[in-house]
Amino acid sequence: MRPFIAAVFIAITSANAALADFITVASTTSTQNSGLYDQILPQFTAQTGIEVRVVAVGTGQAIRIAQNGDADVLLVHHRASEDAFVADGYAKQRFDVMYNDFILVGPKIDFAPKSLDELLNYFADTGDHIFISRGDDSGTHKRERELWEKYAQTMPTGDWYREIGSGMGATLNMASAVNGFTLTDRGTWLSFGNKGDLGIIWQQDRDLRNPYGVMVVDSDRFPHVKSELAMQFVQWLISDVGQTAIGNVRVAGKQLFCPNANQQSEQEQTPDDACPAQ
Amino acid sequence: MDVISKSIQLIFSGDHDLLQIVLLSLRVSFTATFIASSLAIPFGALLTNYDFTGKRAIMVVASAFMALPPVVVGLLVYLMLSRSGPLGEWGLLYTPSAMIIAQTMLIFPIVLVLTVEALKPIKRDYSHLMNALDVPPMLRLRTMIWDARFAIYTAVLAGFGRALAEVGAVILVGGNINGQTRVMTTTIALESSKGNLELALALGLVLILLALIVNAAMHGVARIGQRYQVTRQ
Repeated sequence: MRPFIAAVFIAITSANAALADFITVASTTSTQNSGLYDQILPQFTAQTGIEVRVVAVGTGQAIRIAQNGDADVLLVHHRASEDAFVADGYAKQRFDVMYNDFILVGPKIDFAPKSLDELLNYFADTGDHIFISRGDDSGTHKRERELWEKYAQTMPTGDWYREIGSGMGATLNMASAVNGFTLTDRGTWLSFGNKGDLGIIWQQDRDLRNPYGVMVVDSDRFPHVKSELAMQFVQWLISDVGQTAIGNVRVAGKQLFCPNANQQSEQEQTPDDACPAQ
Repeated sequence: MDVISKSIQLIFSGDHDLLQIVLLSLRVSFTATFIASSLAIPFGALLTNYDFTGKRAIMVVASAFMALPPVVVGLLVYLMLSRSGPLGEWGLLYTPSAMIIAQTMLIFPIVLVLTVEALKPIKRDYSHLMNALDVPPMLRLRTMIWDARFAIYTAVLAGFGRALAEVGAVILVGGNINGQTRVMTTTIALESSKGNLELALALGLVLILLALIVNAAMHGVARIGQRYQVTRQ
């Protein structure tokens, strides 16, 4: 029995590659699917020798992973949840890192809304158009709920409103298949390969700003967190080098994210300022 | 067909990332199958040979667990290996080891139940003879396993197929980390979520091809074994 146990032990542990310096980042599918990490992480690793392992899930799940102590860094996009994460003592500080925007996509309609307010109420009142909701507690889903609350004063109900509990990609695939409407981040949309008849219906709205924040999980709370390596990564992201790298990320020639770590106040930025992604 | 030509391109491109993904898939699923089989086959032989209270219950539970959703197994292993879980200190979450553990748990019941089924007719045929010859217990188990080896081998292949094909468990405990824990199935899930449906399907074809090669190789070994098999003394 003993050789067998030894064999099993070797089989299990040898499957893990030699452990270099690495950190684990809990982040969102929107950042991974858009190719952000593929483009910036090799630069960071080349400069520091630190390998970055990204677990990309919805913002809600990413926060839970970080709250369990299973990640060193959290990079997500829902300001209220991020502030709560810091307030609850899971991180010492939140840093602005970049932003892009949400857009509303769908098939062409015979209706020219003058505002997001009008458009959402049009969906809710007619009930003729299928709206696909993420329904997975992600950053995009949280934002979508906030928009319904703000403009329709209530969450939609009815057959036309479908909560599918899936990632952005699966949601876009479904919207494309049934010619439905959905809210998506611009990065995922630009790099999405199955658009079908969908196009952008509403964009460049102050309510559709999509800021990302980054936090190091507090090592006072979880002693195993590699806070030094993690802090090195965060410092790099918000440094000029990192910010330039983020600003240079392109999909099909289009800029995906606007770096904003160095801007003082979020209020001063408007959705249609100098950044081309807007 | 676009998809077929794309998958052929993929195979012959010699793409380093794809190769790494394929190798990790094979390594994780082979290791899980090896561990699960090493435990399930002897345990199955014991179950077949000895009657005790609770045996039927074990069989019922094991059969039911063949239908275990991979996501549930993944969730269980995640909760165990999470830093906030009982085994968190090992730091195994988001490593290939975690994926091996999850797949082992997933396929153990399959190999067990199919092994017991494979051994039943052997037991029926041999038990009187073995009793008459007063064969010692260890030899009895070994003889039965050996003579049922071709059926047991199907059990192992069924387990391997399940391990190679599942996505729910490995994506939860592995995290689908690029270059670390990304396997065939999680790549397919990722590419379809990016809307690259043709690439995803092409990867699916590569996975099926892989399964074909593995099965053909193992059947080849079995055939050679059958041709040259000698009667055990």
